[in-house]
Amino acid sequence: MIHAKGVTKRLGNAQVLRGVTVDIPQGGLTAIVGPSGCGKTTFLSLLAGLDRADAGELVVDGIDLVKASEAEITAYRRDRIGVVLQFFHLLPTLTALENVAIASPERAAAWLARVGLADAADRFPAQLSGGMQQRVAIARAIARTPALLFADEPTGALDQESGRVVFALLKELSRTVTCVMVTHDPALAAEADRIIHFADGAIA
Amino acid sequence: MIQDRAYLDLRDVTKSFRGSDRPVLRGVDLSIPRGELTALVGPSGSGKSTLLALLGALDRADSGVVSVDGLDLTTANRGALARYRQEAVGFVFQTFNLLRSLTAVENVEVTIPEDRRARALAALAQVGLADHVHKLPHELSGGQQQRVAIARAIARRPALLLADEPTGSLDREAGASVLALFLALRKELGLTCVLVTHDASLAAKADRIVTMADGRVAS
Repeated sequence: MIHAKGVTKRLGNAQVLRGVTVDIPQGGLTAIVGPSGCGKTTFLSLLAGLDRADAGELVVDGIDLVKASEAEITAYRRDRIGVVLQFFHLLPTLTALENVAIASPERAAAWLARVGLADAADRFPAQLSGGMQQRVAIARAIARTPALLFADEPTGALDQESGRVVFALLKELSRTVTCVMVTHDPALAAEADRIIHFADGAIA
Repeated sequence: MIQDRAYLDLRDVTKSFRGSDRPVLRGVDLSIPRGELTALVGPSGSGKSTLLALLGALDRADSGVVSVDGLDLTTANRGALARYRQEAVGFVFQTFNLLRSLTAVENVEVTIPEDRRARALAALAQVGLADHVHKLPHELSGGQQQRVAIARAIARRPALLLADEPTGSLDREAGASVLALFLALRKELGLTCVLVTHDASLAAKADRIVTMADGRVAS
């Protein structure tokens, strides 16, 4: 599903990725762990088509992200993948339901129910707990039924209990959508189907 | 005699939040005419942002009247409030609230029901970003990101634009440029703007300044 070979990336003066080589199969939940500054978030940005590798091979779901045109990358971001971030990036003037409808008006209510928030459909983000906001963000990310879901520290802004609920949801979703999650939390990583350790811009 | 009601008309508006024994708004009276840019100033905790949330129908007053162009937001039903929020008002915040994995034009499209691409492109042109429509948020400066957020807020041609510290995370130059944009939009689109700001030099450029203190309008 994900094939990376010798991927490098420089940001400013820093060589953030120094040749990442890894293959991640379809299905399940993969945790990417490693110290701050090791390049794991940069790698996730490349996987999500938010930035481009300088060199190497990076093929995700059959799309060559190094060689693809801008239009192909935009379509990839829109149709093939979902992205969840530490801070939920919900639109504050839209209700929970409307936030999910951004991605799919037809399926928004069903997805909101799927993440356990059917009763919160008409509430605004400011009226929801952090954990609930993240579940709305996850519903939005998967509403177009992408092949892959990328999550960057999805529990990083949550208390332990909310973090558990969000992780359990990702774990459950990973039965049908391939999930890759960057995390600092070793306890969560230990429950993933596989763990990839980053250190100093490469796989450790 | 026909009374010419103000575009925004607030009478004795109160608001408290659960878990706090002190009301945030303690009887706000305020009238704002159509087509003006009003700066709402005052110390932290004086109720400015709460007032803005009531005007944007993101929350309801406990008592009093919040009337916008004749619609009383305190008594309107849910359907009317949702329509008002989606069609009549645009909202901009200190944080730009752009979706990181969407381009500028895609970020503007998210709140447009139909004819999305054309209207999003028109809104981006209106805020001076015609050359940046396919960039991702992280490829834009802070000031440009806020312009995308403003384009999203005006894309449905609302009559009212609300902004809560829209220059709060921008440097001085970018902040002044965003304020100039608000002034231009109020003229070009006939928008009524209410802008919460801590910056006295920006507030001085508004058509009027309303100062809040301790849950009331002080001047």
